[in-house]
Amino acid sequence: MSKDILVVAEHFNGKIADVTFEMVGKARELAAGLGGKVVALVIGAGVEANDLASDATLQVNEPALTEFNPEAYARIVEAVVQEQAPRLVMFGWTSMGMDLAAWLSGRTGAPCAAYVRDLRLENGGLVISCQAYNGKLIAEVEPQGEMTIAACLAGSFPTEAGRGATAATSIPSPIALDSLRVRFVEAIQPPPGDVDITTQAKLVAVGRGIGGKENIELAEELAEKLGAVVAASRPVVDAGWLPRTRQVGKSGLKVKPKLYLMLGISGAPEHLEGMKDAELIIAINTDKKAPIFNVAHYGATADLFEVAEAMLELL
Amino acid sequence: MNIVVVLKHIPSVADELPVRGNQVDFDSVDFVLNEWDEQSLEQAALIKEALGGTVTAIGVDVIGELDNLLHLALAKGADRAVKIAADDAGADSHRQAKWLSEAIRPMAPDLVLVGVQASNDIDGQLGPLLAAYLDLPYIGVVSSIEVQDGTALMNKEFAGGFGARYSVRLPFVAGVQVAPKPPRYAPVSKIRQIAQTAKIEVLEPSGEADSGLVFRKVAPPVVSGHAEMIEGSPKEIAARLVALLKERGLA
Ligand SMILES: Cc1cc2nc3c(=O)[nH]c(=O)nc-3n(C[C@H](O)[C@H](O)[C@H](O)COP(=O)(O)OP(=O)(O)OC[C@H]3O[C@@H](n4cnc5c(N)ncnc54)[C@H](O)[C@@H]3O)c2cc1C
Ligand SMILES: Nc1ncnc2c1ncn2[C@@H]1O[C@H](COP(=O)(O)O)[C@@H](O)[C@H]1O
Repeated sequence: MSKDILVVAEHFNGKIADVTFEMVGKARELAAGLGGKVVALVIGAGVEANDLASDATLQVNEPALTEFNPEAYARIVEAVVQEQAPRLVMFGWTSMGMDLAAWLSGRTGAPCAAYVRDLRLENGGLVISCQAYNGKLIAEVEPQGEMTIAACLAGSFPTEAGRGATAATSIPSPIALDSLRVRFVEAIQPPPGDVDITTQAKLVAVGRGIGGKENIELAEELAEKLGAVVAASRPVVDAGWLPRTRQVGKSGLKVKPKLYLMLGISGAPEHLEGMKDAELIIAINTDKKAPIFNVAHYGATADLFEVAEAMLELL
Repeated sequence: MNIVVVLKHIPSVADELPVRGNQVDFDSVDFVLNEWDEQSLEQAALIKEALGGTVTAIGVDVIGELDNLLHLALAKGADRAVKIAADDAGADSHRQAKWLSEAIRPMAPDLVLVGVQASNDIDGQLGPLLAAYLDLPYIGVVSSIEVQDGTALMNKEFAGGFGARYSVRLPFVAGVQVAPKPPRYAPVSKIRQIAQTAKIEVLEPSGEADSGLVFRKVAPPVVSGHAEMIEGSPKEIAARLVALLKERGLA
């Protein structure tokens, strides 16, 4: 078993994604403590992969892998892990990493920590902090055994330390690509039209606490009075109360408005990924233990309807 | 079509989540159906409606109250209900996935559906672990599945509204993020009626696996900052907020 750290890179439209720089930066810090190297693995053709601060960047440059293929990517990572026997394998806890990390754990028997917020070394061993129960609890775990898999929440570490100039080395695909069961068909683009919530200075964001489609109007009224636009958490969009274009978070859009006024949103890690950098975050929630209060600048434990109605009278 | 839907019974995050030792105090929390399992159940029902076949609902009975969820699944279109009698409130995803894989393999499913994640999946998710143990491909964050001639056409979501369409040869395991339609409603009267007649198959846990994670500590997040809480009646809160926004030129 080596002391190296393998970072499985994420990319989109030919560019390395931020979560990869974040992980490489963190991996450098850990590798220094372990006395090992940081190896980045980039699967996909035509990705600009010469700007990581890894000790080595391996690139599987196959046209068939330009688009994410969960089966192929999983088998390739497994093969590379078998050959390199790293101490730690890092994934982003993203749509891609969610397909790969635990699968690798099941195949190799190596422990996997998901929702990772932090990793550190203590007496030569890894200690990992994971967000659990929608962020209401933090679990601090010590993985056993020679190899560990960590799936890291985007936005957990700074990107700067992961930026560098290591030239990628092409390697052939370690698996056959002609008998895959999963085939990429086409890319799906975000729905066009509607307002662009990423360019708005003020957002009134509603969550499941809004209760139903008929109550969206209240949020619209409040938004109008404030010169804001209504955004939402995922369940609101899944329920069809607002269009997909209004969704903030991991699978939605990332926003950084001057004001993010939240009505009935609990603050799950997936929502925070999309808005935690807003300049002023105000949260109204009936649950005083809602995780959002750990992130918001101002909060009130109150009924959103009563507060919104009262605000409308004053505006 | 032989569809297996996995249900996960987990502590409700709407609760206080008290901690005892290095774990949630499972005795003093409510257990609920993982919210994404509602979506996978709906997706299974939609495929069955389109193609025919059977839907088997299965889960690990971690606190001895899984029957309620299985009755719900039967009311929403499942044909068969199976529970693995474990009585292990802290069974991690690895352990549950191993037991489920042993139970599901002999069923020779065409498709296994799980919720894309559960809030207690600290060691990864159940779905990919199950796929690894069953030696099947896994594809998660799925928002629609249509099956035709042994192949599924499905959509997977990425960030920012982007996604991709895949074609996948059966069988495989999918982690459902959202079904194409909101989950159907099952009237309480129907669930009650099913509860009286339903036959639930009981299996003993078989197989060994665990997460390999030793829990040092489980606690509410230690936060550097906490929101400045505005106290008072809703009217007072509103007045304070409006004043704050005006001060900052935001209203
Ligand atoms: C792969 C993946 C991607 C995801 N992507 C996203 C994403 O992009 N965006 C996103 O938001 N989520 C996303 N999620 C879902 C996420 O995990 C949470 O389920 C979601 O953020 C919860 O939304 P919520 O806070 O509105 O609902 P809940 O967590 O149900 O919270 C509702 C809150 O409203 C409060 N409330 C209820 N009634 C009232 C009232 N009258 N007044 C005041 N407060 C009230 C409750 O106390 C509660 O805190 C994703 C999940 C997965 C698995
Ligand atoms: N066709 C595609 N459309 C959108 N995203 C894709 C596509 N193919 C791959 N991805 C993945 O989407 C993710 C983008 O995440 P983010 O960096 O958070 O925007 C990356 O993990 C990419 O690998």
